[in-house]
Amino acid sequence: MLRGVSLEVTAGQVVHIAGSNGVGKTTLLRVLAGLLTAEQGGVSWQGRPVTASFEAYAATLAYLGHSDALKADFTARENLCHEVGLRRDVTAAEIDDALARVGLAGCRDLPARVLSAGQHRRLAMARVMLSAASLWILDEPFTNLDHVGVVLLSGVIAEHLDAGGAVIIAAHQPPAIPRHTVRCVELA
Amino acid sequence: MQTSITQAMALIYRGDLILAFRRWEQIAQPVVFLAMVTTLVPLALSPELGELREIAGGVLWIAALLAALLGLEFLYRTDHADGTLEQMLLSGQPLALIALAKTAAHWTASGLPLVLVSPLLAVGLGVPANALVVLMTSLALGTGILSSLGAVGAALTLGLRRGSVLLSLLVLPLAMPALIFGARAVDMAIHGEVARGPLLLLGAMFVLSLTLSPLAVAASLKISQE
Repeated sequence: MLRGVSLEVTAGQVVHIAGSNGVGKTTLLRVLAGLLTAEQGGVSWQGRPVTASFEAYAATLAYLGHSDALKADFTARENLCHEVGLRRDVTAAEIDDALARVGLAGCRDLPARVLSAGQHRRLAMARVMLSAASLWILDEPFTNLDHVGVVLLSGVIAEHLDAGGAVIIAAHQPPAIPRHTVRCVELA
Repeated sequence: MQTSITQAMALIYRGDLILAFRRWEQIAQPVVFLAMVTTLVPLALSPELGELREIAGGVLWIAALLAALLGLEFLYRTDHADGTLEQMLLSGQPLALIALAKTAAHWTASGLPLVLVSPLLAVGLGVPANALVVLMTSLALGTGILSSLGAVGAALTLGLRRGSVLLSLLVLPLAMPALIFGARAVDMAIHGEVARGPLLLLGAMFVLSLTLSPLAVAASLKISQE
C-alpha cells in the first residue's frame, strides 16, 4: 500500500500526515505504532529498531486510533483508571484533574455508553494526556470534537511539545498548534 | 512509575470481572444451559435413578463443556471491537501474562459458576454424595482446560467473519481428551472406585494448556492486528 515513505520526528516536533481518503494514513500510523509490520523497512526509536524491544517502545508511546478504546460499561473514571493504570501508577486526583481539563468533570461517574461521540473523543484525549508517553500518535484526533474541543486539544498538544514531546497527527485539516510550526507530510 | 506486571494482571483480572458482572447475562447463560440439559435428560430418557446414575458422568461433562464453550466468543471479541485490544498491545506489558490474566478472569466468570452448581444438578441425576468432590475437581480442571484452549481459539478467530463457528471447530477436538478422562473420573467415583488416575491426567493437561496457551494467545493477538 505504502511505498518509499521516510519520516523522522524529533523532540518538540509535530508532524501532520495529510493525504486523501484511503491513501494509507492510518496504515502508516499503525506501522509507526508497531501494530503492523512493514513488509520492507522498519521503524527506529532513539536509534534502535522498535522490534528489538517492543514493550519498552510501547511504554513511551501513546496511540489514539480510529476507535476511542473505551469500555461502554465502565464509567469515564474507570476507563482512565483501567487503561492508564496498565502503563503507570496513576492517582485518583490525577484522573479527576485530567477529566476536568477535557471538560468531563460532570460525567466522570457516568458509563461511557451514555456519553456522546465528542465526549468519547475527549475521554480518549484524557487517556493520551495521562499516559506520560513522549511520542503521541494521533489518528484523526479532531473528529467529532466541537470548536472548543479542537482549541483545547491543540493547546494540550502544544504543552506536550513544550515539554519536549513529539506528536504525529493524521488529519484532513492542517492542525493549528499554538506556538509551534506544523511540518506537513503529504502521502500520495 | 511504570506499573509492575503483577499490578497490571490484577487490574485486568478485576476489570474483566467487573465488566462480566455488569453484563451478568453472559455469566448466567452457561449456568442456565447446564441446568436445562441436565433437567431434560431424565425427561427424555428415564426418571429411574439407577439408569440415570450410569450416564450421569457423561451427561454432566458434555453439558458443562458445551456450556463453557458458549462464553468463549466474548473473551476478546469486545476488546477487539472497541479498540481496547490495541491499547492492551501497546501498554508496554508482556502480552502473554496479560492474556493469562484475561483467561483467569474468563474462567472465574464462566467456568467457576458451572463447577459450583454442578453438585446440585448431579444429585438430581442420582450421583452419590461421595462422588461430588471428584465431579467438582474434574470439572474445575476441565473448564480450566477449555478456557485456556478456548482463549487461543478466540484470539485466532478474531476479526474473522463467522469466527464463532470456526471457534467451536477449533476448540472442541482439542478438548476431547479432557472429556474422555473427566467423564471417566466421575464414572469411576460414582461406582465407588478411586479416580486418582484420570484426575492426575486431567491435572497434567490443565498445567500443559495453562502454560502454553498464553504464548499462543499473545502471538495470535499480534497477528489479529494485521
